[in-house]
Amino acid sequence: MEETLEKPDKPVSQKKPKMTFESKGRTVYYQLQDKIFKYFALAATSLGLIVLVLLLYSVFSSGFDRLDWDFITSLPSKRAAKAGIYTAWTGTLWIMFLTTIIAFPIGVSAGIYLEEYSSRSRMSNLIEINIANLAGVPSIIYGLLGLEVFARFLNLGASVLTGSLTLALLILPIIIVSTREAIKTVPYTLREASFALGASKWQTIWNQVLPASVPGIITGVILAISRAIGETAPLIVIGALTYVPFAPTSPMDEFTVMPIQIFNWVSRPQKAFAENAAAAIIVLLSITFVMNAIAVYLRHRSQKKVKW
Amino acid sequence: MRKGEKFIEAFLFGCSALTLLTTVGIILVLSFETIGFFKDVSLIEFLTDTEWTPLFSNKHFGILPLLTGTFLVTAISMVVAVPLGLVIAVYLSEYAPGWFREIVKPVLEILAAIPTVVYGYFALVYVTPWLQELFPDQVGGFNALSPGIVMGIMILPLISSLSEDALYAVPKSLKEASFAMGATKLQTVKQVLIPAAFSGISVSIVLALSRAIGETMIVAIAAGQQPRLTVNPLVPIETATTYIVQVTMGDVPYDSLEYKTIFAVGMTLFIITLVLNNVSFWLKKRYTQAYR
Repeated sequence: MEETLEKPDKPVSQKKPKMTFESKGRTVYYQLQDKIFKYFALAATSLGLIVLVLLLYSVFSSGFDRLDWDFITSLPSKRAAKAGIYTAWTGTLWIMFLTTIIAFPIGVSAGIYLEEYSSRSRMSNLIEINIANLAGVPSIIYGLLGLEVFARFLNLGASVLTGSLTLALLILPIIIVSTREAIKTVPYTLREASFALGASKWQTIWNQVLPASVPGIITGVILAISRAIGETAPLIVIGALTYVPFAPTSPMDEFTVMPIQIFNWVSRPQKAFAENAAAAIIVLLSITFVMNAIAVYLRHRSQKKVKW
Repeated sequence: MRKGEKFIEAFLFGCSALTLLTTVGIILVLSFETIGFFKDVSLIEFLTDTEWTPLFSNKHFGILPLLTGTFLVTAISMVVAVPLGLVIAVYLSEYAPGWFREIVKPVLEILAAIPTVVYGYFALVYVTPWLQELFPDQVGGFNALSPGIVMGIMILPLISSLSEDALYAVPKSLKEASFAMGATKLQTVKQVLIPAAFSGISVSIVLALSRAIGETMIVAIAAGQQPRLTVNPLVPIETATTYIVQVTMGDVPYDSLEYKTIFAVGMTLFIITLVLNNVSFWLKKRYTQAYR
C-alpha cells in the first residue's frame, strides 16, 4: 500500500512545472502542515499506549507487594492485611465454568442455524437484527432481567446459577456472531464434496464444517468468557454479595466474584484496602490477558495453517 | 434418518430463537415493573422534576439529575475519545509503517479487554488525586471529570479501530486521484477520505456513545452517588447506572416503590441505547450501500 501512495507524490515535486512564487510557497506550507500533523498523530497514538502503560504501572506498583500465597488462599476479612481473595476467585471459577457450559452449546447451535439452515426469511432477518441489538444492550440491563426472571420468578435467589444464566445471555450474541464468522470461512466446495458423497446436511455440518471452523469458534468463545469474568454490574444487580465468608460448593450457593471483591475494596476509604484491590486486579488482569493471548494465538495459528 | 435431521434443525432453531426470547424478556420485565412504578408516580413528575430522592423520606422522582449525570460523563468521554480516536485511526491507516500498525493495533485493543472495574480503580485512585493536584481545592473526591476521562480511554479502541476500517474501505482510486492532483496526505485525509468515510466514522461514534451511556462500574466507583442537576464536572454526581447499582447493593424489599424505580431507570437507559444502536445500524446500511 505504501508504495502506491508514494509514487504520485514524486513526479509532482520533482518536475515542479512552472510554479509561481506564491504557489510554491503554498506547497511548502501544505507539506509542512502535513509533516506537523504526522508527528502530532504519532504523539496521539503514543498517548493511548502511554495511558495503558500508566494504568498497568499504577496497578502493579501498589498491588505487587501485597500479592502472596496467603492473599490467594485467605478468606475476606474486615482487616485489610488479613483479607484474601479465596472466595472471590472460586466464585469466578464457578461462574466461568457454568456460564461456559450454558452459553457454549446454545450459542454455537444458534450460529450454525443462522449460517447453515435459515433462509432469507423474515424470521431469520428478525433474529439477526435482534442479535445485533442485544449486543448493544448495556450489561446492567441483563442484570435487571436476571434479577426478575432467574432470582425472583424461578426462585433461584442470588446463586451461582442465577449469575451464570444471566452472564450466558449476555455473551450469547458474541458467541453467535463469532461462530457465524468462523463457519463463513469454510468454502462451499467442501460442503458440495460432502453432499456428493451422499452425506446428509447434518452429517456434512458435523463431519466437515464444524471441524474446519473449530479454531474460530473456540477463539470467539474464549473472548466471550473473558468478557464474562470481567463483568461486575449485572452480578451486583442480581444480588451477588460483596462479603461471602465461604466458597461456593454447589450452583445454588451464594457467591462473590473477583470484580465485585475489587469494587468492594476500592469503595473503602482506607489505603490498605486500595492495595488489596490492586493486588486482586493483578490476578484478574492476568486471567483476562492469558485468555486473550490464547484466543489471539489460536486465531493466528488457524489463519496460518488453513488456506482454502 | 430424516426424522433425526428434522429434530436437529428444530433444536438449532430453538437455540437461535432463544435470543428473541431474551429481548422479549427484557422488554416484559422492564415494562411490567415500570408500569407498576407509574401507578405511583406520574410520568410528568418523572420527566420534569429536578430532584431524584427516592431513598429519602422526602421523595422526589425526577430522572433529570440522573440523565444529566450520565450525559455529563458521556460528553467528557466523547471529548477525549473522538478526536484522539480519529487521529489514531488516520495515523494508523495513512501514515504509520506496516510494522508499527501490526504492533500498535492489538496493543490498543487490550484497552478494550480490560475489565471496567479496573478503570474505576484507576480513575478513583490515580486520576482523581492527579486532577486535585492540578486544580487545588476545586475537585471533589468524587466527580464527573475523572471517570469521564478514563471512560474516554476505554472507548478509544472502539472509535479508532472502527474508524480505521471505514477509512480503509474508501476506494483506493479516490485517494490516488487526490494524490495525483498534488494533494498532501493531510489534504487527502481532510478533503477526500474523511468525507468519504463519514458514515462509517459516525457509526463508530454512535456505538461508542451508546457504550459510554450504559457503562456502570467506572462511574459507580469514581463519580459519586449524589444525583444533582449540574453541568459542573468537578462535583459529585450520580449516573443512571450507578443508581441501579446503589439500590441493588442495599436491602430494598421486592415490590417496594424503591425497587420499581430501578426498572424505570433501566427502561430509560434501554430506550436510549436502543435508539442509538438503531441509528448506527441505519448509518451502517447507508454506508455499505454507498461503496459496493
